[in-house]
Amino acid sequence: MDIKVNVRESEGDAYVVDLTGEIDVYTSPKVKDAITELIDQEHYNLVINLEKVRYIDSTGLGVLIGGLKRVREHGGSVNLVCTNPQIKKIFDITGLVKIFGIFDDEQSAMKALV
Amino acid sequence: MNPATRVLQISSHGTVELKIPGRAEWVAVARLAGAAVASRLRFSVDEIEDIKLAIAEACTNSIQAAGGVDAGTIEIVCDAAEDELRVSVRDSSTGPHLEPTEPGGLVEGRTEALGVFLIRALMDTVDYTTDPRRGTELVMTKRVTS
Repeated sequence: MDIKVNVRESEGDAYVVDLTGEIDVYTSPKVKDAITELIDQEHYNLVINLEKVRYIDSTGLGVLIGGLKRVREHGGSVNLVCTNPQIKKIFDITGLVKIFGIFDDEQSAMKALV
Repeated sequence: MNPATRVLQISSHGTVELKIPGRAEWVAVARLAGAAVASRLRFSVDEIEDIKLAIAEACTNSIQAAGGVDAGTIEIVCDAAEDELRVSVRDSSTGPHLEPTEPGGLVEGRTEALGVFLIRALMDTVDYTTDPRRGTELVMTKRVTS
């Protein structure tokens, strides 16, 4: 089990973090490192693409929430791209649909950042 | 054999016992084994995913209760009846395990007990017991509804 993390610059100052694989207690530190590095470089508008994520647990959610808290301190935001019904369900159960912008495609997530 | 290595025994009455090292890299083994057992019952694909996540969260909680490094050995027992799956996750820690965060707390960004919150949301029953000699055991059940 592993997670692949790809970071790329997008429109304006926004960055996209593409994640592929499973986010759990073992792999979530790798995701956290990527998000932390972006924020440390003062990039506060992020789209995290979960389209190719097959599984996420509470530690993965915690990483996303931690990133969101940090960017909000600087007036930024984190939008998610998520189409997996099981993962959407987890965001729904935990109430995280209320604090994250969750979109079906990257273009919509990017557009909503501004 | 080191007790903290793979021990998978399938008995005739539908019980599967698994011991994993209490470290993050082994949690995937527990959740996949749990999903395999759940697939023997008439659970839907979504329900199997729920069980998989609940087992993983229980193991993660054991590791976090041990300081996030090494929880020793974690024992997972899946007891498959015709209409119900009972899963026990036991560790040797007698220290405090996390209790569910209130939903309102999640929105404010408190994530420390998110795992147990998920377990309670996804399973039908959840019970924690701590014994000074035997450690902490989480027992959860999910009934087949379809």
